[in-house]
Amino acid sequence: MTRFERSSLLLMLPSALVVAIFGLYPVLESVRLSFYRSILTLPWLGTKRVGWENYADLWNDPVAAQSLQVTLVFLVATIPAELVVGLGLALAMNRSFRGRGWLRAAVLVPWAIPTVVCSQMWRFIFNDRYGLLNFLLFGADVRSYWVPLAEPGPALAAVAVAEIWKTAPFAALILLAGLQTIPDELYEAAAIDGATAWQKFRHITLPMLKPAFLLALLFRTIDGLRVFDLVFVMTQGGPADATNVLSFYGYKKTFAEGSIGYGSAVAVIVFALAMLLALGYLGALRRARGGAR
Amino acid sequence: MKRTALLSLVFFAVAIYSVAPFFWFVLTSLKTPAELTAIPPTLLPSAHLGFYRAALLERGLLGAMANSAAVAGAATAITVAIGALAAYAVARTPMRAARFYRVLLLAVAMFPQIAVAGPLWSILDALGWLNTYRGLVATYTGLGLPLAVWILATFFGELPVEIEEAAMVDGCTRLQALGKVVLPLAAPGLATAALLVFMLFWNEFFFALIVMTDPALQTLPVAIALFPGEYTMPWGEIAAASTVATLPLIALTLAFQRGIIRGLSAGAVKG
Repeated sequence: MTRFERSSLLLMLPSALVVAIFGLYPVLESVRLSFYRSILTLPWLGTKRVGWENYADLWNDPVAAQSLQVTLVFLVATIPAELVVGLGLALAMNRSFRGRGWLRAAVLVPWAIPTVVCSQMWRFIFNDRYGLLNFLLFGADVRSYWVPLAEPGPALAAVAVAEIWKTAPFAALILLAGLQTIPDELYEAAAIDGATAWQKFRHITLPMLKPAFLLALLFRTIDGLRVFDLVFVMTQGGPADATNVLSFYGYKKTFAEGSIGYGSAVAVIVFALAMLLALGYLGALRRARGGAR
Repeated sequence: MKRTALLSLVFFAVAIYSVAPFFWFVLTSLKTPAELTAIPPTLLPSAHLGFYRAALLERGLLGAMANSAAVAGAATAITVAIGALAAYAVARTPMRAARFYRVLLLAVAMFPQIAVAGPLWSILDALGWLNTYRGLVATYTGLGLPLAVWILATFFGELPVEIEEAAMVDGCTRLQALGKVVLPLAAPGLATAALLVFMLFWNEFFFALIVMTDPALQTLPVAIALFPGEYTMPWGEIAAASTVATLPLIALTLAFQRGIIRGLSAGAVKG
């Protein structure tokens, strides 16, 4: 190893230590703890090795099964919408016209708002008495007002709406970066051949955007698995566990009930899901980029 | 002509879609209690600041704001400082180890926060760092480092190697070359990275919730999420607190829109 290489490793060391202590070690420890039974706040009561028992319990836990289902439904419902809305936003941001800076800044507003603020804001819009939604639907007819957040299906839909509004701009930024890598010559050549706007979009823009789509899909899936703030503020996982996504269920088990072994098993499932999906997307991304060259 | 008009309409719709829900919340914060509960809703509030006074002074949101500013500020400074060292090494070293480190950071950035939460809580508990600024600052530094290193490595990678080689030929050590030549040139990159991690920390809720259980030490997102309401939800106060928490971020976004778009997409495209 040369001196140059040694000094490079030294420069990486401080960050590596922090990441090891506050990122890598906790994940490995979560995996270990998932094979134990222990109370988070009372560690002196002792930990008991229970093998795969936590996972077996998880398998037979109807709330966990529902939680997994809610998480998957949430991902399937939000991600395509985020990509479609994000593509629309990206196309608008990519146009050059007077006032583009303002449009770009406006599009970034939902991204910049703290998720907790976004959650309270949508919770207010869906409020049964003073919410804007009820007024837009029923006007001043107070007797028809309903409580979307108190019904399982509508509550999950409300959380999904808030998530899509909040995160579509991030998808838009990735797609915008993708749009900017498409050479103008392609569009010029297509124009000479007499292609319509739709044909250009369908045969140039969409295929060239494939890597950007995969990347946006990757980031949004990983982030969608993490959804917590919206659920905590808007519904607390209710009604009837209809919005009890896995990361909220794991939080409840670990921190509200203190069962760190069982909570860790839930966390490991979320972790495994995230890593599996990430590897799948990265593989697809590598193939897409290889094919483009 | 017709096409331009149609396009303007589309752009207008996009802007309304993005801004209107939050604008409605800002309007709500400026109402009187009677205007808040009026049906049909009051469109033009009387710019009454009662909810702001109640939220900031009576409910102690000012304290939460100070906590947020202290934690996010300190964590941003530390993250950017040690992130810059690592990013410089990663960008300049054609080593397997450097490449591997970059990929490792990407993987860590993908960890769901629930997968680290329990053991992290135990570490902070063992150190006696629960309910302290340093506990949350350390947690945030770990959370922000992958993002900071990725953004900064992209910026450093775009600077020509020759300038620092020239400095080193002139007798600078590597650290001096970094401090005197590279960092000043990478100032826009440092500012972008600092802005993005600051926003990440200012908005962070999950770890703040589990690390700061003492109400006096809560950060702004936790205070807004746990806003106490005895019988009915204090929507006016929540809207006022939300506006106070968000306006600085919107101002920063307006001012640094170009840098944000570049910073967030640069890593994404090259990764």
